[in-house]
Amino acid sequence: MLPVTGGLALGLAVAFGALFGWLLHQGRLTDYGTIVGQFRLRDFTVAKVMLTAIVVGGIGIYALVQLGLAKYHIRDANMLGTIVGAAIFGVGMVLYGYCPGTGLAAIATGSVHALVGGLGMIAGAIAYAFSFDWVRDNILSVGKLGKITLSDASGLPAIAILFILTVGALVAFYRLETSAAR
Amino acid sequence: MTDIDIERSILLAAPRTIDWRPYLVGVGIGVLCWLVFAIVAAPIGITTALSQAAGGVTSLVAGDDTVAQNAYWKANPFRLDYGMLFLAGTFLGALASAMLSDRFRVETVPPMWRERFGPSVPRRMAVAFAGGVLVMYGARMAGGCTSGNGISQGLQLAVVGWTFLAVMFPVGILTAGALFGPPHSR
Repeated sequence: MLPVTGGLALGLAVAFGALFGWLLHQGRLTDYGTIVGQFRLRDFTVAKVMLTAIVVGGIGIYALVQLGLAKYHIRDANMLGTIVGAAIFGVGMVLYGYCPGTGLAAIATGSVHALVGGLGMIAGAIAYAFSFDWVRDNILSVGKLGKITLSDASGLPAIAILFILTVGALVAFYRLETSAAR
Repeated sequence: MTDIDIERSILLAAPRTIDWRPYLVGVGIGVLCWLVFAIVAAPIGITTALSQAAGGVTSLVAGDDTVAQNAYWKANPFRLDYGMLFLAGTFLGALASAMLSDRFRVETVPPMWRERFGPSVPRRMAVAFAGGVLVMYGARMAGGCTSGNGISQGLQLAVVGWTFLAVMFPVGILTAGALFGPPHSR
């Protein structure tokens, strides 16, 4: 029965997307100041939302996989591509003031500069597609580790890593909330 | 003063008050991840579908043949699929939230940018465009964005997701420091 495919899945795509966009706006992640404020270490909303989502999502999906109700969808770790790409992304995210998801949501809330940056994202995608052959042969091919997890890399069971992550998040949140920066 | 400014000033005046909203939104995104993994087996992501859309745009401008011959678009063809409709949903959900909470605002130059770089609209637009190019190019090379890589891969404890987060955040902090001055200044 699950996973759902076909027309019903397409309908659910809109519903799940709408819930995501609604959450991004409710979390003020559609504000330039929230995103850039995080990188200026003045506003920790982005870190709080992401870490909470990773811990809650991670524990729940671990349980679903154990129960046979979901599968993992792990992507290849092409280390050079991930490191160089993430660095380019980090510079771009501060200049744009958004990441792709929050940028798209911000366009819907009236941000004209998010729309202009969205056109930039289309241009970036076109540039990537036209340089893909070179990137694949010279960058994505370096440091290919395959679909590995932190569990594979460390030898620790996934549940132990999730536990460490949860405790780490709770300590970080406690310290954030009891210090001046928020 | 906007509502947000008033809320922020209340928070500053009463530092012990905790704003639970980011945590609740984080829980919401985490639960949404449970649903998409279990029901449609399609983790949240943005940039794969945006790349397909870019293929559609290129078809219009440069012709179908150019796109058909491209190795990247061959693997990620333009079609109205789950990922594309998820993008449409994200747009509609944010629009509904902004409308219902009366926070739809046309914004050309955001306050934090204006404070540092002045009111010039072309300057802000040029930098936003350049930032958009870099964000998308970097996301495709890295294997996903903040959502598709950071959250969706991160919660599966994938090495690709945590490598992305471990590089993206420090580089972003350095970039913000270069643009706005060191943290906690001004």
